[in-house]
Amino acid sequence: MINGIIIVLGIIMIASAFMAIYMRSLLSSIIAAGVISLLASIIYLLLAAPDVAMTEAAIGSGLATVVFLYAFNKVKGRGEDNHG
Amino acid sequence: MVKRFLILLVLVFFVIMLLPLVSDIQPQTELNPLAKKYVKDGPDELGSANLVTSVIVTYRGLDTLGEVAVLFIATAGVGFMLRRRKDSNKNPQKKRESSEILQTGTALLTPLIFLFGIYIFLHGHLTPGGGFQGGVVIASAILLSMLSFPQSEINHKILNAIESLSGVLYLVIGILGIYLAAGFLDNRILPLGDFGRLFSAGAIPVIYSLIGLKVGSELVGILDSMQRSDS
Repeated sequence: MINGIIIVLGIIMIASAFMAIYMRSLLSSIIAAGVISLLASIIYLLLAAPDVAMTEAAIGSGLATVVFLYAFNKVKGRGEDNHG
Repeated sequence: MVKRFLILLVLVFFVIMLLPLVSDIQPQTELNPLAKKYVKDGPDELGSANLVTSVIVTYRGLDTLGEVAVLFIATAGVGFMLRRRKDSNKNPQKKRESSEILQTGTALLTPLIFLFGIYIFLHGHLTPGGGFQGGVVIASAILLSMLSFPQSEINHKILNAIESLSGVLYLVIGILGIYLAAGFLDNRILPLGDFGRLFSAGAIPVIYSLIGLKVGSELVGILDSMQRSDS
């Protein structure tokens, strides 16, 4: 049961990793990168590592996403060659 | 074409190099000797109900000190690279007011999230979590209020004072361990107390509270300098 959940979550993680690379809009890439961290934290929880899961959920999908969004806000509208 | 081929070649090389790690893996039936010692002696020696915390704060305390130092250097780097806007006081940038829902929700939620962060690092020796997680939760509470009240200024003097003071006190407690207990960052400078109580496990709650304050103020500093940088 748990193995099945972990495999499904892993497949979704790989899919969102590809999405983060190949998405046209930068904003979607940032969200996809946050989804990877969120699913990783669920997997840590299932593997009985709640401490690591809390860190991953708070830093990986929370603060890192916000920092990326701030950076995206700064970069946006600058130069002609942005894909955002 | 040649470039693609070379990339493929490197990838195949890595697969061949790392394959033994995957194929030779055996499910472990028992803990290795060091882990066994931690699990067996940890609760009696250090009195911490959460074994992970006793490993992080005491057995591997020096590593944690290194992590805190790494975070400090990262904060200093961000603050150095992103200069603050000089004329931010003279002509403040026109910012859109956030919505009523966000403002009310922030006023309701910020104290609760703050309290939850403090709970996480105070109970680091009893329940999962600890200084780093609690600090990040506190930083996210302040981030929420930064998002909904963009005009508000953060008092940098208080922030810097909290950060420096908690860092110095962390080191002082570590050095006290050399004189009063077995070694650097030993938690037995305070009485161990009853197992599983809030005031137990010696200096672990004190150290984790200091780490929580330090991590929280550092992350708030990073977010603040990202929001107010002039580029």
